[in-house]
Amino acid sequence: MNSSELEAFAAEIRIAAIECLAAFGQGHIGGSMSIADALAVLYGGELRHDPQNPQRADRDRLVLSKGHAGPALYAALALRGFFPRDLLATLNAGGTSLPSHVDRTKTPGVDMTCGSLGQGLSAGAGMAFGARLDGADRYTFVILGDGECQEGQVWEAARFARAHRLKNLVALVDENKQQLDGYVENVLGGGSIAGMFAACGWRVLEVNGHDVDAVSRAVQTAKDGLADAPTAVILDTVKGYGANFAEGLEFNHSLPVSKEEAESAIAAIRTGIGGAK
Amino acid sequence: MYTVLSEIKKSPVAMRDAFCSALTAAADADANVVYLDADLVSAFGMKPFFQKFPDRAIECGIAEANMVGVAAGLSAAGKIPFAHSFGCFTSRRACDQIMISCAYAKLNVRLIGSDPGITAAHNGGTHMPFEDMGVLRSIPGITLIDATDPVMLGDLVSQLASDKYYGVYYLRFPRKTAKAVYSAGSAFEIGRGSVLRDGADVTVIASGIMVAEALVAAETLAAEGISARVADVFTWKPIDRELIAKSAAETGAIVTAENHNVVGGLYAAVSEVTAATVPVPVERVGIEDRFGQVGGEDFLAREYGLTAEHIVAAAKTAISRKK
Repeated sequence: MNSSELEAFAAEIRIAAIECLAAFGQGHIGGSMSIADALAVLYGGELRHDPQNPQRADRDRLVLSKGHAGPALYAALALRGFFPRDLLATLNAGGTSLPSHVDRTKTPGVDMTCGSLGQGLSAGAGMAFGARLDGADRYTFVILGDGECQEGQVWEAARFARAHRLKNLVALVDENKQQLDGYVENVLGGGSIAGMFAACGWRVLEVNGHDVDAVSRAVQTAKDGLADAPTAVILDTVKGYGANFAEGLEFNHSLPVSKEEAESAIAAIRTGIGGAK
Repeated sequence: MYTVLSEIKKSPVAMRDAFCSALTAAADADANVVYLDADLVSAFGMKPFFQKFPDRAIECGIAEANMVGVAAGLSAAGKIPFAHSFGCFTSRRACDQIMISCAYAKLNVRLIGSDPGITAAHNGGTHMPFEDMGVLRSIPGITLIDATDPVMLGDLVSQLASDKYYGVYYLRFPRKTAKAVYSAGSAFEIGRGSVLRDGADVTVIASGIMVAEALVAAETLAAEGISARVADVFTWKPIDRELIAKSAAETGAIVTAENHNVVGGLYAAVSEVTAATVPVPVERVGIEDRFGQVGGEDFLAREYGLTAEHIVAAAKTAISRKK
């Protein structure tokens, strides 16, 4: 996809994720919106995937470690044809294959079960290690939240991945600067996630997470093989970006999503397709 | 099939050496077998494995939660990971990773917890897991094994390295010597207990280091005219309900013997079965909800009441409680 197609795809991911959340009536709108552009870049071409054969061995792997952003991933998967779009309306319904937090056993295209924060980078490191053992050229991408990076296991995994030179591992950190209890800076501020990955020996790239061209270039760089280390792409994002009822609120981690709010937000996104707002 | 040695004495083979040999053979046969450790490679006797399989032996450093998560990821990539730390750390430090990244995610991971209970000896209370099995027992679908001797351990590791089993398995055993109970070549079925000695008056259900004590206790009881059945229920979960219910029905009383807290341990697991099937008196030999401490194994066995004498006394109490 070219950049305008990627922007349009990102807008469609936002729209489908809002519809998904509105069908249930509430959910993790903030972190689903902030990661939509990165998902568009991945599913728009940078991630090797096959909707007709979700378990294809040579696919790249994606671990959504911030598992509560499931609705955004489900939107991307539905739009790519992993399952019918009307399945999005079953979010969190009893017996659904689309639970609030991602589950590899339930959803075609979901590679790892996540939701207990801090665990995905370790699993991604294991997948990347396994690929290297097999001599496979696949990449493993792990999407982390910035609040999530308060979990100590993230840094155990970061040190592990560098020590074992997992250059086929890419962490994408959705630095939207907000978490459930408010602004990250107020909840557990201080320090820099980019600096922490750098201190762990990773190659670190910092980009505007809503600029699909910048994200694409960063992901391509992460795959260039030039660093003898894993790569962290720090995405400077806005929590709730593009959903007008959520963006700008301090407490927008999880919100009620009414049909009216959804319609208004979707209309606003459609007007602005070609730019998220 | 298994056969019991006529004389119970210390095995010449350390448990860690039996583990290393069995895993090395398994890794020779299957390139998907991988091993992870958390800075205990030397202590666990796994240097030969690291030398032989430098790519598939993964040092994770002192970071058990990550190690278990990496093992889950390796499993998702088609590998058969065995991940080791001391039992206290494998179970407690990585509990949520075992729960979510391994079990809930339905992945295929073998977890090793060495030096269970009093076998942690001079490492003391910080390193002495009386609770590892109890902590993990409430995780749905997990299999828990308290291995008895090097022969059993070698057989179980070979089986667990194969395609025969899929799921999350936790295996605890001492690093160093254990008493040899089984003849070479004995084979075991996970989930099925072994009846080592038949008896009519009471059944002693033991596992791990308590099996040898149970056999000594049965001899003492026999000399006093009491016929004790001894069963090695090395799989705590899924537990052998059939063996327990049958023994309860046929002998009318049970003693459990475990190197673990009786809260959440073998006593609890066996009592859950008898309560639902054949309710008979169940007495217990195990840790009475206490923390560990430093000491030699003999001292600790006396301190916590884990000896053949304690099993004899518990058996008599159980028999006296029969209606």
